[in-house]
Amino acid sequence: MKKTVYSICGMCAVRCPVSVTVEGDKPVWIEGNSNDGGMGKSLCAKGGATFSQRLDSQRPTHPMIRTGERGEGQWRQATWDEAFDYITEKLKGIISKHGARSIMFSDRGGPFADLRKAFVKALGSPNYMNHDCTCGRNVNHASKSIYGLGRKGFAYDFKNASHIVLFGRNITESLKVKEVKGFIKGVSNGAHVTYIDPRASNTASKATRYWQVKPGTDYALLLGITHYIVKKNLYDKDFVKQYVDGLPKLKTFLKPYTPEWAEKETGISAEEIMAFCHEVNNDRPKVIFHPGWMLSRYSDSFYASRMIHLLNALMGSMEVPGGLFYPKGPGDAGSGGLKSLGADIPAPEEKERADGCGSRYPQFDKGAGMLHTAYEAIESGKPYPMKAYFIHRHNPLIALPDTAEQKRIWDKLELIVSTDVYFSESSWYADVILPENTYIERDSILRTEKGLKPGFGRRQKCVEPYNDSKPGWQIYTELAKRMGKGEYLPYESIEEIWKYQLQNTDVKIEDFDAKGFVKLAKDPIWYDRDKLKFGTESGKIEIVNKKWEDMGVQSLKPYESPQGPPEGSFSLLFGRCGYQTHGMHHNNPIISEMLGSNKLWINTAEAQKLGIKDGDEVEIAAGETKGIMQTKVTNFIHPQAVFMLHGFGTDVPARERSFGKGVADQIFMKGKLTDWDKAGGSPNIQGCFVTIKALS
Amino acid sequence: MSKYIVTQNVADCIGCKACEVHCKDKNDPGEGAFFCKMMEVESDSGKLPSRDFVYMACFHCEKPWCVDACPTGAMQRRDKDGIVFVQESLCVGCKACIVACPWGVPQWKASTGKVDKCDLCKDRIDEGLEPACVTKCTTNCLTFSVVGNVSDTRRQDFAEQLMQNRK
Repeated sequence: MKKTVYSICGMCAVRCPVSVTVEGDKPVWIEGNSNDGGMGKSLCAKGGATFSQRLDSQRPTHPMIRTGERGEGQWRQATWDEAFDYITEKLKGIISKHGARSIMFSDRGGPFADLRKAFVKALGSPNYMNHDCTCGRNVNHASKSIYGLGRKGFAYDFKNASHIVLFGRNITESLKVKEVKGFIKGVSNGAHVTYIDPRASNTASKATRYWQVKPGTDYALLLGITHYIVKKNLYDKDFVKQYVDGLPKLKTFLKPYTPEWAEKETGISAEEIMAFCHEVNNDRPKVIFHPGWMLSRYSDSFYASRMIHLLNALMGSMEVPGGLFYPKGPGDAGSGGLKSLGADIPAPEEKERADGCGSRYPQFDKGAGMLHTAYEAIESGKPYPMKAYFIHRHNPLIALPDTAEQKRIWDKLELIVSTDVYFSESSWYADVILPENTYIERDSILRTEKGLKPGFGRRQKCVEPYNDSKPGWQIYTELAKRMGKGEYLPYESIEEIWKYQLQNTDVKIEDFDAKGFVKLAKDPIWYDRDKLKFGTESGKIEIVNKKWEDMGVQSLKPYESPQGPPEGSFSLLFGRCGYQTHGMHHNNPIISEMLGSNKLWINTAEAQKLGIKDGDEVEIAAGETKGIMQTKVTNFIHPQAVFMLHGFGTDVPARERSFGKGVADQIFMKGKLTDWDKAGGSPNIQGCFVTIKALS
Repeated sequence: MSKYIVTQNVADCIGCKACEVHCKDKNDPGEGAFFCKMMEVESDSGKLPSRDFVYMACFHCEKPWCVDACPTGAMQRRDKDGIVFVQESLCVGCKACIVACPWGVPQWKASTGKVDKCDLCKDRIDEGLEPACVTKCTTNCLTFSVVGNVSDTRRQDFAEQLMQNRK
């Protein structure tokens, strides 16, 4: 007897809607949930490897407690009771000595984080943070400083766009299924695509214009573009007059940054820059300048992203088909929202966050926090000691720079608990590993789905767990109970949680059965374009934001040339391919076959100078840190840079299929934990240099 | 040739290898074997980067070299629709089909010491469905159809393109 269960993929943080067919107790088929028209039955390679992940024996199959030194790989199998007892005993000791504030928690954010935030709040700590410091923080803060809205305050209608401009946003490989389908439709409808990246990714091969920009000079290119657009009046004057504040100041600021100046800085010809500006002027308002996704890259990425956000305003591309639009929430459809699980939990006594967001770094969002500045607190014990760290499906040891330095900092912690479905490098260095069910084996809390037709979505358990694993909601409600905080998370079943979440809506849980999600609006909701609102103090798009300036963040920062690689060195660039994310799938039985080892991309002329031929093995080094890799010699990379895919070179021997294969990029990023953008908040992890040597 | 054909719109393909994974997940060809595979080709000499991914599975020939080469009758052509498939119980692992096929289609399954290959997910076709690779292609760049329809579809696409270019 076959049945179909609608759920939400958990193979990566995009979390696409899926449909799973189950026969008896076996999952037999998975595809995209085609009730969602933008999704159809499509599913990416990672989603396709769902069943393979479930059956993979090289994953934690039961709770584990460390017996040897940290990272040594000596574990004992434990029951859930033993693991919970071990954690609560340690935690109680830490709390009695240092207070609940000494507990910190990080995860990958997203729509299911509400429960984990509630757990941290229930314990009495203000220190929840997510992964975003090495992802979209710069973009988010840039967006807030201009629109007063976070980076998710706008979505992009690629399908109907006339021109899509991507500064390194590798949309076909760091892929979201619905987004890339829209992008490809846009391309086949004849959209112009301008792709800017020192490396020609697969996205470059879909572009109508490709600029191999000098590494770290995006901001200069953007200044040159904006200079010309403003000077030649190639923008939407009506929109700017109505909504943008501070254009005269922008004009004055941009004076020195001519296209000719930009050419010298970036290597992109002034003529091409000017031609591009005229083209976008013809194409507007259906023009999308993507402000960046993962933009923890250079020391001025925040300012580059700000300039992109401003260009969208100049194009007048807001709230139009083919441009940017506001993702609408339940309120826009006249409904209440999902009630937050932490809503009725009293705020922790300690108001100051260990990572300093909102205090020593007043401009940074408290919601996502910043892990690398929480490390400052672990190191110094200030503003107070940090002693316990919960990690949920996050892998800081490879997501943040300099694994060795992070381990040294973590050694100051008295308890590290990692919950995950696979052996992440961070789990391997923890004291306790709690195996979460794979996503088809677990229910999650309901999520809000913003968009033109807002609604709610449900991840539903499709099959029984294959291992001795538990769903996250059960792990954290049980831990809260054992810590004497059960009154704040008093749920015995997922249905109780769902019911709590839906209490301010007219939606019933059975409403999700038909399609897997519930829409609150029949037709797309568009705002009146004459009455747009922004979250700034003036309600306008602010080119100069006084609030941020008062916090010490300059709005229009003069350009400084990046420190390029010293003679004989290269900037180390990294990225993804379409069939893995964040190093999570390198050991998947199916995907591991496709990944093998990563290659080092090096420019043809540079390789020749070093006596390196395509396919040769070379040594890559930064100080004493070294690795050996095979090369891909190509003109698809700028002469000043080398590139590798991220997530390789694991130090976890339990991942037998991927152990010893390839080289990790983050190990070369020495000193980058403390080298971060003081305006945007993210580490400058692409400002890292390596030497390459032929192996004879 | 079988009455069916899988065509690929290369311009829409992003090289995400979802087709390979969906095939492996459904058909379990074993380690190192791929019933369908995306072959990457690139040229860095032009003004714009060109990198294409070309879908290679099985053409299900009208007069298949592999079937002719098979000494045991394991490699067969299904009468009703011409799908070329392996009857595993008859395969002796001689590899003659691998040598014979001009496109390297038959795959070696190390765990069984036999050959296996793309059968267009004939169990799905018999249920009125499409092969796994086509059904779940990320960008819908793969199309499953009956050979006779392909020509008209392509001619229509070309005509649409002419209209597009007039805009």
